Amino acid sequence: MKNVYKDSMKWTSHSEAETARLAARMATNLMPGDMLCLHGALGVGKSVFARALIRALAGNPALEVPSPTFTLVQTYDTAKGPLWHFDLYRLQAPEEIYELGWEDAMAEAIILIEWPQRIQSLLPPERLDIHLSETSGGGRLLQLDLIGSKKDMSL
Amino acid sequence: MIVLGIETSCDETAAAVIRDDRTVMSNLVLSQLEEHRAFGGVVPEVAARAHLDHLDTLIKGAMDDAGIGFGDLNGVAATCGPGLIGGVMVGMMAAKAIAAARHLPFIAINHLEAHALTPRLTDDLDFPYLLLLVSGGHTQILVAENVSVYRHWGGTVDDALGECFDKSAKLMGLPYPGGPHLEQTAAQCRNPQAACTRFELPRPMKGRPEMDFSFSGLKTAVRAHVDKLPPGDLRRDDVADLACSFQEAICDVLQDRLSRALAKFKAAYQTGRPALVLAGGVAANLRIRAALTSLAQDNGFRLVAPPVKLCSDNAAMIAWAGIEHLRLGHTHALNVAARPRWPLAEMSETTNAPGR
Repeated sequence: MKNVYKDSMKWTSHSEAETARLAARMATNLMPGDMLCLHGALGVGKSVFARALIRALAGNPALEVPSPTFTLVQTYDTAKGPLWHFDLYRLQAPEEIYELGWEDAMAEAIILIEWPQRIQSLLPPERLDIHLSETSGGGRLLQLDLIGSKKDMSL
Repeated sequence: MIVLGIETSCDETAAAVIRDDRTVMSNLVLSQLEEHRAFGGVVPEVAARAHLDHLDTLIKGAMDDAGIGFGDLNGVAATCGPGLIGGVMVGMMAAKAIAAARHLPFIAINHLEAHALTPRLTDDLDFPYLLLLVSGGHTQILVAENVSVYRHWGGTVDDALGECFDKSAKLMGLPYPGGPHLEQTAAQCRNPQAACTRFELPRPMKGRPEMDFSFSGLKTAVRAHVDKLPPGDLRRDDVADLACSFQEAICDVLQDRLSRALAKFKAAYQTGRPALVLAGGVAANLRIRAALTSLAQDNGFRLVAPPVKLCSDNAAMIAWAGIEHLRLGHTHALNVAARPRWPLAEMSETTNAPGR
């Protein structure tokens, strides 16, 4: 795999462990103010990716990372600063995001969002979109698109 | 002793009045009120504003139903965590305001502890007992040793069980709320054994020595089966078979994980007839109740499952937890903060008892 990509790349994972390794590697480049949006159908592996990324950032491979579906957001303290893990599956109107401390999160945290399409109109212009889908062989295709940023994506 | 309880930590807005002789004087849950049925229920109430809109009416209703005034209360209890912080704050502030205005003791309740103490309200159960708490947001195996003293023996490393039910139901094309619909659909399966062979599903964590759960992979496996079915609307028979196989996989995993907890409990605690308590919204599932009843019987335990109305989120359990604490002289200052995260194990001060 090449080291540096411009603003878009595709990556195929053949196992959960491989997806988790990619997530952990991406974690090393994240800083507060960065936003990762995870797109994909139910059961395609968004949470697997999120869990691995959070554990890598927290430096604790056994960290309990409960699904935020029910509480909509879970927050973590990491060496790089706070991380907010949103799951907007249950959101009914985009404006409801403000009830969840959205502005605080935007100001100080690394943000990881599952089901970001629920707040499409409120997503910031700079972010990394990750689309997960299943391949014919049962693996996972990860399509990474860097939106609005001048930076290169390095992995 | 009479306590008013308020619950706003997740989707339900609720208020209840309980007396210390275990009488439920009133117990109101917003989504169960007639006038809200007309609008098809009020789920999910993501916004704190929704709690705010209804809480006053519910508190007044609960007091009226109980036939008492604020002067008759001995304390006010409210959920202060864990949960969605905006919602928690609405209920907590309402309770604090009443307590301040009426010079009443305020009791800050942990939502999970309230679930854990419910069998003492419904069945007058003595400590210690083993508890499986399974809801949309929680999946835990706990030992209740005393008020404030809980051992966390196992929990989910990813999705909660109720969430796994809801999401799998959605994958099967079933309407919301998924859990009850999935159960009804599974009941229509004609040959459960054949269904489990046809739609083979994994048993995550089965056989592992610790008592943790994992449900995320099960959801993914359901998805793989659905994707293999002919495109378009799924056939009823197919969905019934898949739902049945799913439910059997869940029961299998619960039995495996709990059998370890039952053995550990018997080794660690000496009680006459030990009790296994089933609590949380998923406790409404009859197939799971049946599976755990037989597991409990085979191991010399009795299964205690509070009625569904007191298993799912409600304020009666909050008021009851308030009574349990008030009886022990536990009250809280009005500057106590809401806590989005509040593990039960953190309530306990003892660390050298059995378990973790």
